[in-house]
Amino acid sequence: MRGSPRVRLVKWSLHYGVLLLFVVAALFPLYWLVKISLTPNDSLYTHSIDLWPATISLEHYATVIGNSDFLLFFRNSVIVSGVTAIASTLLAAASGYAFSRFVFRGRYWIVGVMLVTQMFPLVIVITPIFSIFGPLGLTNSLMGLIIIYTAFNIPFATFLMQSFFDGIPKELEEAAMIDGATRFKALLQIIAPLTLPGIAATMGFCFTGAWGEILFALLLNSAASTSTFPVGLLLYSTRATIEFGPMMAAGVLALLPVCIFFFLIQRYLVQGLTAGAVKG
Amino acid sequence: MFEPYLYSAPALLLVAATTLVPIVIGISYAFRNIMLLDPTSGGFVGLDNFRELLRDASFWNALKNTVVWTASCVGFQFLFGLILALMLNRPFPGRALIQATIFLPWAIPTFLVGMNWSWLLNPAIGPLPHWAYALGLMNAPDNILSDPDYALWGPIFAGIWWGTPFFAITLLAALQSIPREIYEAAEIDGAGGLERFRSITLPFLAPTMVITVLLRTIWVANSPELIVVMTKGGPADASQIVASYVFTQAYQGLNFGYASAVATALVLLLLIYAFLLIAIRQAMLGRR
Repeated sequence: MRGSPRVRLVKWSLHYGVLLLFVVAALFPLYWLVKISLTPNDSLYTHSIDLWPATISLEHYATVIGNSDFLLFFRNSVIVSGVTAIASTLLAAASGYAFSRFVFRGRYWIVGVMLVTQMFPLVIVITPIFSIFGPLGLTNSLMGLIIIYTAFNIPFATFLMQSFFDGIPKELEEAAMIDGATRFKALLQIIAPLTLPGIAATMGFCFTGAWGEILFALLLNSAASTSTFPVGLLLYSTRATIEFGPMMAAGVLALLPVCIFFFLIQRYLVQGLTAGAVKG
Repeated sequence: MFEPYLYSAPALLLVAATTLVPIVIGISYAFRNIMLLDPTSGGFVGLDNFRELLRDASFWNALKNTVVWTASCVGFQFLFGLILALMLNRPFPGRALIQATIFLPWAIPTFLVGMNWSWLLNPAIGPLPHWAYALGLMNAPDNILSDPDYALWGPIFAGIWWGTPFFAITLLAALQSIPREIYEAAEIDGAGGLERFRSITLPFLAPTMVITVLLRTIWVANSPELIVVMTKGGPADASQIVASYVFTQAYQGLNFGYASAVATALVLLLLIYAFLLIAIRQAMLGRR
């Protein structure tokens, strides 16, 4: 920015001032969540709109962790999201590799189908999936959610993995194949280690996607024993007597894995993933 | 050469089995009378579900709300995202940290965004109604989520908060791909800041803007999560959009046939939207 020192100063103050507004707007809801979760019950409602808690306590976290239901929901969510992340990344790595390395008949159509599934309203498959999964024993089961989430993650994960494979020179596995390795062996031993960062990023995306999904989790798994964390939290929030403190503590706990992942990848996001990030 | 098929088949089969097949089945449900928990239902009823749809005031209201919801969410997300992207495009001290912080809302799971905002809007626990009351925006510190006239705005606020970083990321990436030399050349030619924005930034950014806004419109129109979590479409369907109407019909009403008819209508509307866009694009290309 140019101009006299005074004009520059005004310009920069304005710049930082507006950015500060955005930072406050981005952080305030999360700050409030943490604040309420740390405010003990005796001052929670009497001082509910104070910006700072008068006293801080971890009592709500103790309540949540001592509540067996929440532990169960947490465990269910970890299983569902973890298995989904592994399964969808494996399948997407295989198909992403095919798109990256081969030109084959039907490739165009397969990519088209995957793109179309991203644009369709998910709500249209809710009723048929419920009807198909019921007789197969996949409602009220973690397996049912894993299958659904894996399938929904695959198109985006495939495009992501393809872009990672595209960044690795073809000559690497061609050299190994000249030396007598099969393509599959070259893929596992030479290419896969090079895409480890990409695999980790893809797994992170699939994990967070499955971690936050709520529509199918609500509809397919009504029993408490197979509820995921979002469903448990939502049903808890609609009870007649709501305890806000423990609920927000549970919300903060649900946030942890996602925030960790986000800070690991955020720099990387703006650099390379924007092309494929259209789905959100 | 069957090797590429071997690699891509497992992924493709799973996607086909859980999305393509159900989409076809779902459309067929729209022409049947399917009630969950009622084994005698399931007969073919032709266009009955669609006739009911045309008479259903809740559906028309949901359609109107879909337009308000999508236009407000996408419009404000785009506006704030563009401001952010322009401000983050030049280096300054502290940029990396500010960028990471501002992008954080995007990483929060949707259900938690919805719950967080419904807590902020709840006068028992959140500050927003009290602030709005103190500023004279409200007559009493009430929860707008239980006010039929304003309930939809709760999810809209949450949606703007959540989706702004997405536009900022996409537009920032596009901005950074504009060659610096063009700006330098324009500066030497004496172009001012506004002039440079109008004649360099905008034309370079336009394709990304158009594509992102169009895709985002479809995605936002299709996403009922925030509404399901925050208002369940209530009070009395006042904040229902078509996508959330499908969900609540299936979830609460257990009326699968009618829910599928509404979903099919949504698909048709989106197809019409897509065709209109393509037509407009062709017309604009033809004019050049």
